Amino acid sequence: MKTNRRDFIKISSAGVAVAAITPPLVKWASASAKSNSEISEDGLRRTPTYCEVCFWKCAGWVYTDENNNIKKIIGHEDDPHCNGRLCPRGTGGVGMYSDEDRLKKPMIRTNVRGKQEFKEVSWDEALDYVAEKMQKIKRKYGPECVALFNHGTGGKQFSHMLNAYGSANVSAPSYGQCRGPREVGFVGTFGESIGSPEPCDIRDTKCLVLIGSHLGENMHNGPVQEMAEAIDRGASIITVDPRFSTAASKSKFWLPIKPATDNALLLAWIHVLIYEGWFDKEFVEKYTYGFEDLKKHVKNMTPEWAYGITTIKPDVIRKTAKEMFNASPSVIIHPGRHATWYGDDTQRSRLMAMLNALLGSWGQRGGFYKPEKVKVPSFPHPDYPKPTKSWRDAFPDKYKLAGLALSNAMCEATIPTVERECSFRAWIVYGTNLIKTLPDRKTTLKAIQSLDLIVVIDTMPAEITGYADVIFPECTYLERYDFVRASQHRDPYLALRMPAVPPKYDSKPGWWIAKELGLKLGLEEYFKYESIEEVLDWQLKEAGSSLEEMKKLGVKKYDRKYDDLFFTEGLPEMIFNTPTGKIELYSNQFAAAGYDPLPNYTKHMEPPQGFYRLIYGRAPMHTFGRTANNENLTDLMDENSCWINPRVANEWGLKNDQYIWLKNQDDVVSTFPIKVRVTERIRWDSIYMVHGFGHNNKKMTRAHGKGASDSELITRVIVDPIMGGTGMRGNFVTFLVNDPKKEVVS
Amino acid sequence: MRYAMAIDTKKCVGCSDCVVACQTENEVPIGYCRDWIVEVTDGTYPELELEIRSERCNHCDNSPCVRCCPTGASHYSDGGSVLVTHNKCIGCGACVSSCPYDARYSHPKGYVDKCTFCNHRVKKGQQPACVSVCPTRCMYFGDLEDPNSEVSKIMKLRKYKTLAPEAGTKPQVFYLI
Amino acid sequence: MKEEIIVSGRMNLNIDPVLHIWHWQIPLYLFLGGLAAGIMFFAALYTIQGKEKQYQTAVKWSMFLVPIFIVLGLLMLLLDLKHKLYFWQLYTVIRLQSPMSWGAWTLMIVTPIALLWCLMYIRDLLDLWKGKFKLTNGLIEFAYKKLDRYKWIDTFIAFLYKYRKVMAWLMIFYAVILGIYTGILLSAFNARPLWNTSILGPLFMVSGFSTAAALIMWMSKDYNEKKAFGRIDLILIATEVFFIIHMFMGFLASTEVQIEAARLFLGGEFTAVFWVFVVGIGLVIPALLESLKLYGFKIPVFLPAFMILLGGLMFRFIMVEAGQVTRYLY
Repeated sequence: MKTNRRDFIKISSAGVAVAAITPPLVKWASASAKSNSEISEDGLRRTPTYCEVCFWKCAGWVYTDENNNIKKIIGHEDDPHCNGRLCPRGTGGVGMYSDEDRLKKPMIRTNVRGKQEFKEVSWDEALDYVAEKMQKIKRKYGPECVALFNHGTGGKQFSHMLNAYGSANVSAPSYGQCRGPREVGFVGTFGESIGSPEPCDIRDTKCLVLIGSHLGENMHNGPVQEMAEAIDRGASIITVDPRFSTAASKSKFWLPIKPATDNALLLAWIHVLIYEGWFDKEFVEKYTYGFEDLKKHVKNMTPEWAYGITTIKPDVIRKTAKEMFNASPSVIIHPGRHATWYGDDTQRSRLMAMLNALLGSWGQRGGFYKPEKVKVPSFPHPDYPKPTKSWRDAFPDKYKLAGLALSNAMCEATIPTVERECSFRAWIVYGTNLIKTLPDRKTTLKAIQSLDLIVVIDTMPAEITGYADVIFPECTYLERYDFVRASQHRDPYLALRMPAVPPKYDSKPGWWIAKELGLKLGLEEYFKYESIEEVLDWQLKEAGSSLEEMKKLGVKKYDRKYDDLFFTEGLPEMIFNTPTGKIELYSNQFAAAGYDPLPNYTKHMEPPQGFYRLIYGRAPMHTFGRTANNENLTDLMDENSCWINPRVANEWGLKNDQYIWLKNQDDVVSTFPIKVRVTERIRWDSIYMVHGFGHNNKKMTRAHGKGASDSELITRVIVDPIMGGTGMRGNFVTFLVNDPKKEVVS
Repeated sequence: MRYAMAIDTKKCVGCSDCVVACQTENEVPIGYCRDWIVEVTDGTYPELELEIRSERCNHCDNSPCVRCCPTGASHYSDGGSVLVTHNKCIGCGACVSSCPYDARYSHPKGYVDKCTFCNHRVKKGQQPACVSVCPTRCMYFGDLEDPNSEVSKIMKLRKYKTLAPEAGTKPQVFYLI
Repeated sequence: MKEEIIVSGRMNLNIDPVLHIWHWQIPLYLFLGGLAAGIMFFAALYTIQGKEKQYQTAVKWSMFLVPIFIVLGLLMLLLDLKHKLYFWQLYTVIRLQSPMSWGAWTLMIVTPIALLWCLMYIRDLLDLWKGKFKLTNGLIEFAYKKLDRYKWIDTFIAFLYKYRKVMAWLMIFYAVILGIYTGILLSAFNARPLWNTSILGPLFMVSGFSTAAALIMWMSKDYNEKKAFGRIDLILIATEVFFIIHMFMGFLASTEVQIEAARLFLGGEFTAVFWVFVVGIGLVIPALLESLKLYGFKIPVFLPAFMILLGGLMFRFIMVEAGQVTRYLY
């Protein structure tokens, strides 16, 4: 059945006139919000939560007044993620709640008089619509043809529902578009992935090495706090970045590397460490495999060789290597987080893992600690049906080492082709703006057009909601319960999220939407509870606490059960989860899968004449595009700017605060202009812009048209063959000084 | 008692948490701010230096704003901090013009507003909102005349500077460099 | 290259990107204040010198404008306030270090003096206008009636007239304070480098007196008075030019921020307006015209007078605006 061509429709204001004064009718939330409230000194009610503005999930206290206005959000003093201090986005979370542009009522796409519009419907109607379509797809194609894209805590509710329905095709864009390569790289070396938060003991380290990571601008709360502590203790920082980032400005050594040449530098470092004997001999002897192979492999990869490629002087390479060795084992080659750059990122992560192994920082104070988390059992439910198809079937010989599902692969597997017997027919998108998240927008849009159903669950309108068939408005994290946070850290902790205020408008929490949808799909057996509080209480009691206790505490610390935080006396006997049981400098896993067991340097494309490499990054006051409409945060930064080196600006005659359009190598022009910032901090062959601006959805009144979108200019995607990560830094842009729409096309 | 603030520019990453926290704590209207972040880049690529400062009213010892206020609304209060009594302020703008740091602004309600060193919190023994929220813990606040206060201790250990000392205002916000 | 930027999106209304806390109300007030101060000065001066009969306009008729100017000026000030309902707080304290407080109190003292002076010559005004304008006839009749009815007014007027020299001394003193205060008000804000010069006080005073002299010259029907004030104006203009040159010399020999402030007028955005309107039209050309008059050429009196008044007004507008543009930081 061919679906109608799906247009991007901006949610019209005509229908969205639901009074904000609609009193909250859901009594479960309001009852709990009032019963367990503590009144603080200023007469404000205090409830615990953990933040959802970014993935870091810092626990905090929400202060509400008697009129249900959220006054402020403060970090939880006992939470190791934030140590009592939230980042600017967490503090600005009040803006997420009060944003009047929020999604307010469920909506369904209809065709009225030939024009596509959204009409507001009741929850029942919207849920029935989705359930009916999903059943149809199950009957005709099989339940595995429904995919879930998830980025947020509530996603777990939906993956439970989807698994019960019969599909295990759940992916988070944060894997294939972000941290995937480092997980696979570290699994290939140490046999375990890094996870979140990264188990790096930054506060006690003597030397922190950042390969492209811009700590301080990416405002990962925990690491930034620990980096400040490390600076206080006199730790040295080595930053490898073509841009003079904030972290670079605090570094003892800043290596202004030529973009896309990091592997050469890392190989040269390994060469220096090995051939100068600057490595932890005992550690290497005891724990690693493949040292001789590695030594032979890097024989000719000298600093002089690397100098020609990276423009980093040989003596700097040697000096920094010595610095790392002097700090060993309290040294961290930080795995970074967003690692999908040039398509050989898994190998780069492997090199970083190998450097850590040579310096013996694994399991050492000031290096990598052994994280632990609380095991919280799932609420009892019958076994999930076994799916017969998975997204991997669409890519038989590709991405063999991908540990988790790839969103870009699932997107590709949605477009029907003759070679494949089936493709995805429905998408459930939770809390991720796929249009901006997945590079190669053309493929994403093509995939969306071929779907039978696309359901979007989100709190704010965004580009993806414009393409949805059904929109479910979720309430923000401040108005709902979610599963407890049981993340890994130096000690196991649990953190509770409970609503501080009832949901605004007609929005509902994710768990309610997932449950109601599950019930409509006939999956009552998997949802044998009235409200999530039942589930949470059961889970917490199993974990040695209770909902009552967690509501008072907010955060609870547990004792470590399994092993020590660090290796305490010398190096114990250890078996790593690799084919040889050792840390594999030569990776057998990679070799078996047909990939290079030892990483190499490959030359990447360079910008053509008149073009500059598009480098993107983060700003500490925003989380990608998610906060672009938050009034507290747009007050700080409401548009991004294009960093241009003064030499380049001179050549082009560009001045500060001038607006220009960007055109990339595939002739894609940015929809909106971007402000020029002439600064020495960026290299002359690149330009830099913060990701998450240039929103096209008019319903985001503060974010629409502000700044330019880097993701629409990322059309050339270099996919990592090992695990499918989408390398996005291979795009080049040139400048258009005049409005391209006004130019006459001859 | 002399309240002062010391901010470590080596640790500050310019995240602007202090700006948001001040906004939520003091109900500063959207579009206005009592503190702000300045980034100073010096040099030529790749020989570069970056200084990041969180700036606000300096609660000067010799403040021109107190001196030129015609009604005495701008006055010295606890610990020498400079405060504005809202119902004495006529909104003439003299203090706004006289501040070399441009730290004051005209509140939509009519009176002149600025950083108060969170006087309402300090009186209760708490720290100003910006100091208590800073993730890098680069801000120190306290009594300069107390040798055991955090501020006094950190200033004994580090080099510091103030902004526009040539303006002669004797500012009490010190930047550790 | 040194790059210094605010990255947390600061854009406080009227503060950023450049300070613009005072709009048209303040320059207008300064102009009216200077004008009033000048008129009072000349009225007092000639009373003290016993030359009331010679300079009737200066002593009598122009003084009637002073209360109007002062009230208008106060109205401007009130309009400029952003917390208007609390304006009365100004009069609950005297803050000696705040020129604004001085100004508020000076005006408070000067207004009654000026009103009393006008009362002193009220009969003269009524006699002058009796039967002249239809609109005022009713009022004049009313005024005569009241004066006849309440005899004590005339007694009071006689009393005032007897002690007019005392009043004149008071008035001259406060006129000078008012004139100089308009300049000191700005120069007290050392945060605005353009205003941070002590010559601003005398400069504004001289400028105020020169505008007053121009107004008196314009209003006067007496040839001798006109001539006298023409000459006075010439001297005052010369002094003003001297002060202005001195001011710029001072800036250029001062600190970096002051040199930058001076550059606004020497190639910057205010160059054209300042040198054409203030110096050219407001000072040099009227001076030339007056000098020509001295040599016997016939120049219509309103021309130089109007130009001087315009120049004075523009001068204050430019100084207030440009001063707010100059700053110490960023």
